[in-house]
Amino acid sequence: MFELSPTEWTAIQLSLRVATVATLVATPLGIAVAWLLARRDFWGKSALDALIHLPLVLPPVVTGYLLLLTFGRRGLVGAWLADHLGIVFAFRWTGAALACGIMAFPLLVRPIRLSIEAVDQRLEQAASTLGAEPFRLFLTVTLPLALPGVLAGMVLGFAKAIGEFGATITFVSNIPGETQTISSAIYSLIQTPDGDTAALRLVVVSIVIAMAALIASEWFARRALRRLHGS
Amino acid sequence: MLRVDVTKQLGEFSLQASFASEGRVTGLFGASGAGKTSLINMIAGLLRPDRGVIAIDGEVLDDTTAGLHVPVHRRRIGYVFQDARLFPHLDVRQNLDYGRRMNRLAENPAQRARVTDLLDIGDLLDRRPGGLSGGERQRVALGRALLAQPRLLLLDEPLGSLDEERKVEILPYLVRLRDKAGIPMVYVSHDAGEMRQLATQIVMLRRGRVTAFGGTEVLPGA
Repeated sequence: MFELSPTEWTAIQLSLRVATVATLVATPLGIAVAWLLARRDFWGKSALDALIHLPLVLPPVVTGYLLLLTFGRRGLVGAWLADHLGIVFAFRWTGAALACGIMAFPLLVRPIRLSIEAVDQRLEQAASTLGAEPFRLFLTVTLPLALPGVLAGMVLGFAKAIGEFGATITFVSNIPGETQTISSAIYSLIQTPDGDTAALRLVVVSIVIAMAALIASEWFARRALRRLHGS
Repeated sequence: MLRVDVTKQLGEFSLQASFASEGRVTGLFGASGAGKTSLINMIAGLLRPDRGVIAIDGEVLDDTTAGLHVPVHRRRIGYVFQDARLFPHLDVRQNLDYGRRMNRLAENPAQRARVTDLLDIGDLLDRRPGGLSGGERQRVALGRALLAQPRLLLLDEPLGSLDEERKVEILPYLVRLRDKAGIPMVYVSHDAGEMRQLATQIVMLRRGRVTAFGGTEVLPGA
């Protein structure tokens, strides 16, 4: 029973690629936004906070449709990107990564923000009296101390990205080999007669990937904690 | 020479201090709540005065009428906090090296050896701050501040969080520091005994005002 077909393999590889790219691109951005929200007061801060959380509360199909309107071939941003930079998101795996990145963003930002807020600002003061300019201070004190939260955010974001369905299928459809991730493959299979066994195989794969991500994050977090409090 | 002439309103509390000190160790003496910590935070640049001037050896660090405020990391003023504030994710060696790295100074093994000897922290280099005693932590914090090569060292009740036994352990190191390190210091304390042993000039603060300035003879209970 557990012989994966080429289509299923492709969907698994695509899901992993989409989620990895989405997480890696979203993480630096997420760290920057988390730092802004944790450490700075500025005009429009609550609006920014709300905007980031929007994908979490909107129906995913709405987010997907908005992406299609904005980043589609004829969309405002999409047309410009295609004409000037040759970057196309619509009906490509890169579009799936964009949709997953946006859907995962609030889950990625929250733990990072909380862990930055938890960093003792008195340590940052000490670092600045030792000559650390703000960006190096962030890299050498704030970020290492917030590392457990960064890893937690990355794992949560990755898990969300790999499971994303609604926004992705609305924005980039369900094209085998290009945009058909595990989720959309399962969706197709359960609509097909005799697709149950194949769907179940992918369900098992989903569970394995999710478990592996959770175990990995636990391991990283424990290592990071030992680094912080070890004697 | 350190010249301070500042005013600062902090809620209900108003701080207004003016003095110029030439001494090797300027003692800021006063009860808790007198404004000592606010005052050295202003010297360090962590707090901006509402009005006034702060200058070291003729170099102006704060001048509110000129809109001048040199940021903390460019002041080259070392700060030893009451609570040490060692970086928990770095070992002692990396803590000591932090200021040198941030100021992009060349490695100077001779100087590091001198400081670790002066403070007897050579055996602690591979340890983490989490595993150090309060006294050891404070000695490492002193070394860390010194190795950033500051032009002035601020010490905010560095013995304040230690019990009597530990105080007696650290005090001789501070005296050695004063006599050997050649860096002018501002020493904050509410303990007249510590002041007598360390300070060469006293700035007495009371409820945000300078009430006396002079040698150690201005200290109470002589």
